[in-house]
Amino acid sequence: MADAAAIPDEAEVRARWGAFQWNEDSKAKRDAILSRYPAGREQSASIPLLDLAQRQVGAETQTQGWLPVPVIEFVAREIGVPYMRVYEVATFYTMFNLAPVGRFHVQVCGTTPCMLRGSDDVLAACKNKGLIKGKTTPDGLFTLTEVECMGNCSSAPMVQINDDNYEDLDYDRTIAILETLANGGTPKPGTQEPGRHTVEPKGGPTSLTAMVTENHDYRGEWNVASQGADA
Amino acid sequence: MPKVKVDGVEIEVPQGATVLQACELAGKEIPRFCYHERLSIAGNCRMCLVEVKPGPPKPQASCALPAAENQEIFTNTPMVKHAREGIMEFLLINHPLDCPICDQGGECDLQDQSVAYGRGHSRYDENKRAVTEKYMGPIVKTVMTRCIQCTRCIRFAEEVAGVEEIGAIYRGENMQITSYLEEAVTSELSGNVVDLCPVGALTSKPYAFEARPWELRKTLSIDVMDAVGTNIRLDSRGRQVLRCVPRVNDDVNEEWASDKTRHAVDGLVRKRLDRPYVRRDGKLHPATWDEAFAAIAAVDHGGSVAAVAGDLVDCETMFAAKALLKQFGSSLLEGRQTGMDYDTSSLAAVNFNTTIARTEEADAILLIGTNLRWEAPLVNTRIRKAIKKGAKVFAIGPETDLTYKVEWLGADLSVLGNLPERLTDVFGKAAKPMVIVGGGALKGAHGAALALADTLGLVKDGWNGFNVVHMAASRMGGLMLGYAQKAGIAATYDAKLVYFLGADECDFANFRGVKVYVGHHGDKGAHHADIILPGASYAEKSGTFVNIEGRVQRGERAVFPPGDAREDWTIFRALSETLGHTLPFDTLDELRAAMALDCPELATLGLKTFAWNSPSLGTTAQGVLEGYPIKDFYLTNAICRASPTMQRCSAELVHGESFAEAAE
Repeated sequence: MADAAAIPDEAEVRARWGAFQWNEDSKAKRDAILSRYPAGREQSASIPLLDLAQRQVGAETQTQGWLPVPVIEFVAREIGVPYMRVYEVATFYTMFNLAPVGRFHVQVCGTTPCMLRGSDDVLAACKNKGLIKGKTTPDGLFTLTEVECMGNCSSAPMVQINDDNYEDLDYDRTIAILETLANGGTPKPGTQEPGRHTVEPKGGPTSLTAMVTENHDYRGEWNVASQGADA
Repeated sequence: MPKVKVDGVEIEVPQGATVLQACELAGKEIPRFCYHERLSIAGNCRMCLVEVKPGPPKPQASCALPAAENQEIFTNTPMVKHAREGIMEFLLINHPLDCPICDQGGECDLQDQSVAYGRGHSRYDENKRAVTEKYMGPIVKTVMTRCIQCTRCIRFAEEVAGVEEIGAIYRGENMQITSYLEEAVTSELSGNVVDLCPVGALTSKPYAFEARPWELRKTLSIDVMDAVGTNIRLDSRGRQVLRCVPRVNDDVNEEWASDKTRHAVDGLVRKRLDRPYVRRDGKLHPATWDEAFAAIAAVDHGGSVAAVAGDLVDCETMFAAKALLKQFGSSLLEGRQTGMDYDTSSLAAVNFNTTIARTEEADAILLIGTNLRWEAPLVNTRIRKAIKKGAKVFAIGPETDLTYKVEWLGADLSVLGNLPERLTDVFGKAAKPMVIVGGGALKGAHGAALALADTLGLVKDGWNGFNVVHMAASRMGGLMLGYAQKAGIAATYDAKLVYFLGADECDFANFRGVKVYVGHHGDKGAHHADIILPGASYAEKSGTFVNIEGRVQRGERAVFPPGDAREDWTIFRALSETLGHTLPFDTLDELRAAMALDCPELATLGLKTFAWNSPSLGTTAQGVLEGYPIKDFYLTNAICRASPTMQRCSAELVHGESFAEAAE
C-alpha cells in the first residue's frame, strides 16, 4: 500500500482522542442503530457505528472526519467485539479514513469510463487549484484522492465530495465547484450538464419515448411486437 | 451416511463430511493451504479444487463442499490438474522466490505442492507485491511478503487460542495479515501459528536460521514444562536440541504445544552443571565423581536420609533414589516442594479423572483456584471446545482472563459450602458436570471439593467429573512412587542427608542436613547444595512421565548430557556402589523391571484409571485466594529460567517491557 496514508503517530493521537465519547446527537443515533440488531449480534453494527464515529470526529474537527485508533477501539468496546475485528472493518472500507482529511474530501474517479470521458481534465483542474493526490491543502480545505469506479459511468466524469456526487464534469465545471466550496457555498449536487436532470440520454430520450410526458403501459405492445417478429 | 464415488471407487462417508474428507477417506491426497482439520473452513486458497458430478461444470473447492449421496468426485482429471495449476500460478505471482533463504524451506507446503502443480516458469512480468514485516512478539518472526493469506493464523488465534489479536487488514491486493497494531500477540500458544503457516510467512523467531529440517535428528519425547505431558518431537543436531515441535496425540495435546514447551529448549545449553562440585569452606569447588561420592559417603546420617523430587524428573530417577533410600531403611520421599500436604491416600482424588480429551464433552464446569491458561494451557483449549458445544463455566478465585466467558464466584473458598443457586441450577441439569481443582485450592478446599462429587453428582456411570490439575510433570509419577509425606515437605527438614532431584523451588533454609543436588541446571537448588552431582535433562535421558490424567508416557533420549554429567539413574547406581549398598539394576531395562514390580501401573504405557474412593477429609473450605500458584508462566522451572527466549517472553508479555525492534 505504497500510496496509503500512514496511520498517524500513536501517542499524539491517543492523547487527543483517547477520551472520545458520543455527543448527545450521536448517542441517540447510536441507540437507533443498535436497536436494529438482536441482542448478541451487536457486531453487525460495526459499520454504521464506525460511520457515526467518523462523522462525529468530522464535526469536532471541522473536516470530513477520520477514524483515529482510539475511536476505533471505542466503537469496538461499544459493541463488545475484539479491537482487531473492528480494525479490520475500518481498514477494509475506503470510505473510512484512517488519517485526517480536509474539510472536503475530493474523490475523483479515474476508472476507464470516467477516464475516456475526461477525468484527466478533472484531475488537472484539481491540480491547478493546488490539490495534490493523497494530500490535504495547506488551508485544510481539500484532500484529493483518486478512486475507482463509483458507479456513475453514464454521467462520467464524476467526483465525490463528502456525501455528494458531482457529475458530467469538465475542467471549468470542476474549477467552479471547487471555488464555490472554498467560498463557503453549496454547489448543486448531481449532474452539472445544463438541462440534464439525472442520467437520461443527451438530446432527449431514445427509448420509452411514450413515457416522457405521462405513464404509458407498454405491455400490450410487447406481445404484438413479439408476435410480429415471429410471423 | 452418504455413499460417494471417488475416482470410480465407491465409499461411504460420515454424515456431514466434506468432499475433501471423502477424498481423504478414499486415499486420495488433496492439496490444500487454507483447510486445516482443527480449524473452521475458510475456502479461500482454492487449491483443493476437484470435479464433482452432479454440479456445475466447473472445478469446486472440495474443503467447503458437503459430500452428498451419489456424488461422483474426480480428483485426477485433466480439468482438475489444469485448475490447480492455475491456482498455483496465481499464488506464486506475488510469492517471492526466496526459498534458499527461507526458514520454511524443506518443510513448506507451497514448495512441496509447487513440485506437483507448479508450471516451472512464470508468465508474470509485473512487479511483485511486497509487504512490510509485522511484529508479532518474541516467538513469531514474520516475512509477510511470503504470505498467501490462507488465514489459518487468524482462525487459530480466534478459535483455539482465544486471543483475537491477529487479523487481515486492508483488502484485495493490499490485504495484509497482522497482529493488532503490530503489537506482540499475548497468547501462550502463539508458537502454533508457526506450524500452521503453510509457507514461510510466520516462522520461529528463536529458531531463525538455525538449521534445515533435513539435517536434524528427530527424537520422540514427552514435554516436562507442565503436567499435561505434551507429546513432542525434539529436533537435534550434534549435541544440541535446536527445536521442539508437538506430535499429534488427540488424547493429550491434539497437535498444539505451548510456547514454553516449544521454546524453553534453548535453556538446555545454558547454565548447565557439567561436573560435580563439593562445598568446602562455604564455597563450591569443582570435584571428580569419586571425590563427590566420597563426600556423600562421609556423611554420618544413620538412616536419616530423604529425597526431594523436583518438577521435571522422570519416574526412573525417582525410583532409583527411592531404591537407594530403601537400602538405608528410609522412605522419606517428597515431591511437593512448595509445602503442599494434600491427602494422597487415594490417587483418584488427586487425578484428572475426566481425562483431557473428554473435557470437551463436559456441559458444566467449575474451576476452583486454577488459572488453567497458565497451569495447563492445553486443558484450557479443551474447555474452550466444551464451551463451543454449550458448556457453562464457573470459577472461584481472583478474576483473570481465561480467554472465555466465566461466571466468577469470588475468591473466597468458603463459597464451596454455600454454592449459589445459579451454579446448582446449571449443575443440576448437567449430564456431564466437571470440577477442576487447581494447586491454589488444594490446600484449603481439597476436602470441600471432594464433597462436591456427591452433592453435584460428579461421579456416575461412565463419567468422573472430579479433576485436579497439577503443574509439575513429575507429580503424578511421584505420587505413584510414594513421593508424598503426610506432613508434606516439612517431614524432610530434619533428615541428616537430603537428595534433591532437580528440586529448585523449595525453601532451602529449612533443611538442616547435608544437601546433595542431583540435577542439570545451576539454579536455586545448586546454589544451596553442599554436593552437586550433574545429571541429565529430559532431553538427555529416556524417561517415563505420568501426566495429570494418569497417562504413562515415555520419551526417548535426543542428545547426550554435557561434560561429566550423567543420566540420573546411573548416578544413583554408581553412588550406591561407593556407599556399599549396590542397587540391583545395571541397565535401564532392569531398572524399569524393578520399577514395574514396585509400582505395577508404571509397567505399561497408556492411560491408567484409579478406582474412585474419595477419602473422607474435612468438608469445610476456608481462606481467600490471593492469587494463583504460577506468578510467571514463562519462568516456572530451571530450564525456562536459563532460556533467553523465555526470559524475553516473560519481560515482554508478563511484565510489559517493550523492546525496540532492531533496525534491519
